[in-house]
Amino acid sequence: MTLTEDPTTTADGPAKEVGNARLRKEDARLITGKTTWTDNMVLPGMLHMAFLRSPVAHATISHLDVSAAKDRPNVVAVYTGQDFKDEQGTIPCAWPVTPDMVNPGHPSIAVDTVNHVGEAVAIVVARTRTAAVDAVEAIDVDYENLPVVLDMEEAVKDGADLVHASTSSNTSYHFVFDAGEAGTGSDTDAAFRDAEVTVSRRFVQQRLIPAFMEPRSAVVGVQGDNYTLWSATQIPHILRVMGALTTGIPEHKLRVVAPDVGGGFGGKLQVCPEEILALLVARRLGKPVKWTETRSESLMTAHHGRDQIQYIDVAAKKDGTVTGLRVRLLADMGAYLRLITPGVPALGAFMFPGIYKFPAYRFECDGVFTNKVPTDAYRGAGRPEATFAIERIMDELAVELDMDPMELRRKNWISAEEFPFTTVAGLEYDSGDYEQATQAALELLGYDELRAEQKRRRESGDPVQLGIGISTFTEMCGLAPSRVLGSLSFGAGGWEQASIRMLPTGKVEVVTGSTPHGQGHETAWSQIVADELGVPFEDVEVLHGDTAISSRGLDTYGSRSLVVGGTAVVKAAEKVVAKARKIAAHLLEASEDDLEFSGGKFSVKGTPGAGLGIQEIALAIFAAHDYPEGIEPSIDAEAAFDPVNFSFPHGTHLCAMEVDTETGFVTIRKYASVDDIGTIVNPIIVEGQMHGGLAQGIAQALYEEAIYDADGNLTTGTFVDYLLPSAADLPTFHTGNTVHAATSNPLGAKGVGEAGCIASTPAVVNAALDAVRHLGVTDIRMPLTPERVWRAIHQGGDGGDRAAEGSNAYGGARTTESGIEEAAQ
Amino acid sequence: MTQISVRVDGASYADDVEPRTLLVHYLREQLGKVGTVVGCDTSNCGACTVHLDGESVKSCTVLAVQADGSEVTTIEGIAEGGELHPMQRAFHEKHGLQCGYCTPGMIMASIDLLKNNPNPSEAEIREGIEGNLCRCTGYVNIVRAVQQAAGEMSSTAGAQA
Repeated sequence: MTLTEDPTTTADGPAKEVGNARLRKEDARLITGKTTWTDNMVLPGMLHMAFLRSPVAHATISHLDVSAAKDRPNVVAVYTGQDFKDEQGTIPCAWPVTPDMVNPGHPSIAVDTVNHVGEAVAIVVARTRTAAVDAVEAIDVDYENLPVVLDMEEAVKDGADLVHASTSSNTSYHFVFDAGEAGTGSDTDAAFRDAEVTVSRRFVQQRLIPAFMEPRSAVVGVQGDNYTLWSATQIPHILRVMGALTTGIPEHKLRVVAPDVGGGFGGKLQVCPEEILALLVARRLGKPVKWTETRSESLMTAHHGRDQIQYIDVAAKKDGTVTGLRVRLLADMGAYLRLITPGVPALGAFMFPGIYKFPAYRFECDGVFTNKVPTDAYRGAGRPEATFAIERIMDELAVELDMDPMELRRKNWISAEEFPFTTVAGLEYDSGDYEQATQAALELLGYDELRAEQKRRRESGDPVQLGIGISTFTEMCGLAPSRVLGSLSFGAGGWEQASIRMLPTGKVEVVTGSTPHGQGHETAWSQIVADELGVPFEDVEVLHGDTAISSRGLDTYGSRSLVVGGTAVVKAAEKVVAKARKIAAHLLEASEDDLEFSGGKFSVKGTPGAGLGIQEIALAIFAAHDYPEGIEPSIDAEAAFDPVNFSFPHGTHLCAMEVDTETGFVTIRKYASVDDIGTIVNPIIVEGQMHGGLAQGIAQALYEEAIYDADGNLTTGTFVDYLLPSAADLPTFHTGNTVHAATSNPLGAKGVGEAGCIASTPAVVNAALDAVRHLGVTDIRMPLTPERVWRAIHQGGDGGDRAAEGSNAYGGARTTESGIEEAAQ
Repeated sequence: MTQISVRVDGASYADDVEPRTLLVHYLREQLGKVGTVVGCDTSNCGACTVHLDGESVKSCTVLAVQADGSEVTTIEGIAEGGELHPMQRAFHEKHGLQCGYCTPGMIMASIDLLKNNPNPSEAEIREGIEGNLCRCTGYVNIVRAVQQAAGEMSSTAGAQA
């Protein structure tokens, strides 16, 4: 369902590729097994790395003897932190969100102390992977335990045990955005002082694991003093710069290649310790090396996501008009700051007001160190957390005011006529229509019928109750205007690069700085170029992910590829056409001004028929026998694009949920969403992105949680315990779109990669609560396991911790209506 | 070392393997059949699914020595004469894959599902592939792909009968 004019038809001219439901080019190799995953790579003489990893969360290494491992057959070398302490530097953190942010440094391999379970302690390098893994067993190591810091609310107290002895507290930074001080809103304290109604809640954003299907893998090839790093990464370009700076390998001597990459979701937006160590080992030995992680290694040591405690207060008038919003976060950094660890909650700072016209807003966040693996980007990165908090508390406010939750939202959201609208957080939302998306979503769900059924079940006392949850959301994506990133102290820009090579046979190579890992760039970029240059879709090849081919780029994350990278492709194509125009004018003996370009052909206005195709011009300029004086013999072009604004997809997500009050088991009855992601280049890809995002957002609400026990052991360290949903755990999704083109880029695209994941989580939780609120339930902690739901219904509170109460990271604390209640010890 | 003889995707191989070698590692590292991949180490994800004597198995849960004398079919061996298997084509046409990492196992498991149940309901498809995890698609399009392949394969089978 798409509410828009058909984009594939124009008044005249050829059918457009943009908007066409093209099947993906990428699929041919993926469905036949002809893939190039990093772990497939084999180099002559390649050695294999395996890690000894810390089994304890916080300790000094009191004894470490690797001699027995060195004597094992086929072992070439064994290294410890002592061997690399002078050259390993620190894993880079590109986002110092405040000038006084404390960063204790992040060694790739532990030298004296370990700060989380899974931290690398020793590396075995052997002829085979099995020999390396076997020899790890022969390493003799002792640890002297230190106090383990896990609970953020405890960690920020005066006198708390410290994660890092070098720091004075566990707080890395205190980040504040105050709309009153920024001049984008009024005084928040005054808003709350004058409020007719206030609602305050504490929400827990549990820790999640990105859990891309392809485990991380790195292969380093050595050619003299040149190194090639193949890696299962989202960010070959950033990895090259950061890898060079960290290891001291000169940037021009380091090539990074991301071959086929099996998913990322932010989890491969990282400069991984293992990638750095693979480079260091290859340099030390002068030999190619490979490291591929196991799944349990991945869950334990690749960065996690989310993990916030959110204190949120909303002020309103009795008629439902919101007057103020106050947010205080504790954000778990884990033991170290990785690439954008501190920036993730800051990225959410501007999204808590959502689509609502709050006049006053204050945001504060403490980044807190704990003895857990670091957090960092996971699909949505900061924005799902913000969306969850605001969409949950809007429901709580509706309950407080005895208003319909949609009416409350409608009363406060930005209306279609008000765009562009500058929010209290200082963002300029460019386009959209929340009412239109909402109406479409209500119809798609069959809202009225389900409400009627809910009433019937309520009245009959059905043990299976029905609830409907709402999430009306927006997000900021298309990362991002470089100057804005600079103002937020981010360490890089947000532009993207593209180049187009016109080959002599008329075929077209498009080189993009965006780096796909499942999104379908090869197909979508081909569609864009086919339209821009008027060449057949099949004649376009998209090259990416290799810094030797695509020397400049900022890669794929933050729903930025199409919005920024796709626009760079458009800009490069425009330059190709401009260069070709000069040659066409010369060959057609016409003035440039008299030429028109349509369907890949230059022709003289008013003389249809005669003309010159751009693919013919490519051959003519390759021969270069006859071209104008004063220009270069090439129509190739490159372009960089830096957006002037973020883009702001929005949508309305509705979840109908059945809750079995006798067992606590929840079942999604129907899920419907209508999203506005601007212009749609390929509706098949868009639908797929929405589905995948919904699955991950719903999984946060219902299934996934990374749990540490009281000693800091990850108890969800395999796919047995960390519950990725299967096909049997998820419903069919009913999705649709409205289209209001973004005004910040010529494609009109807003980005789709994260929308489903950002929007869906609160819709699901709101639905479950709507089903059982009449039984006295006011909150249920995520994920909504049957145990938690049952406890919330039958024992009160929010359902508490999963499994053994008191054993996990929050010390068994639970939220009650009166505040936080300590667990019984 | 133990000697094994295996037919894989129509070719015969004789190799010495360590008794502990998993079938998936034998396929990938000794035969170069890297189309089949490893996604976990607990037999949860199903990315390594192949057919062993016509039955779907997770090749991380089978020792190479257990395949001695057997016929193994991987994702690399199901297209015949340059023609994609109907399940491969359905995954492409229904956009049943994004990153493609789970796809080989998902396709092999889905073929096996239809062998046992040629006309599955949506619920039966969802339960039938629950041993294969996908992180990208949310499964909706995978279900559609299996439905399409089921329709095609049963009509083909009907025509042959």
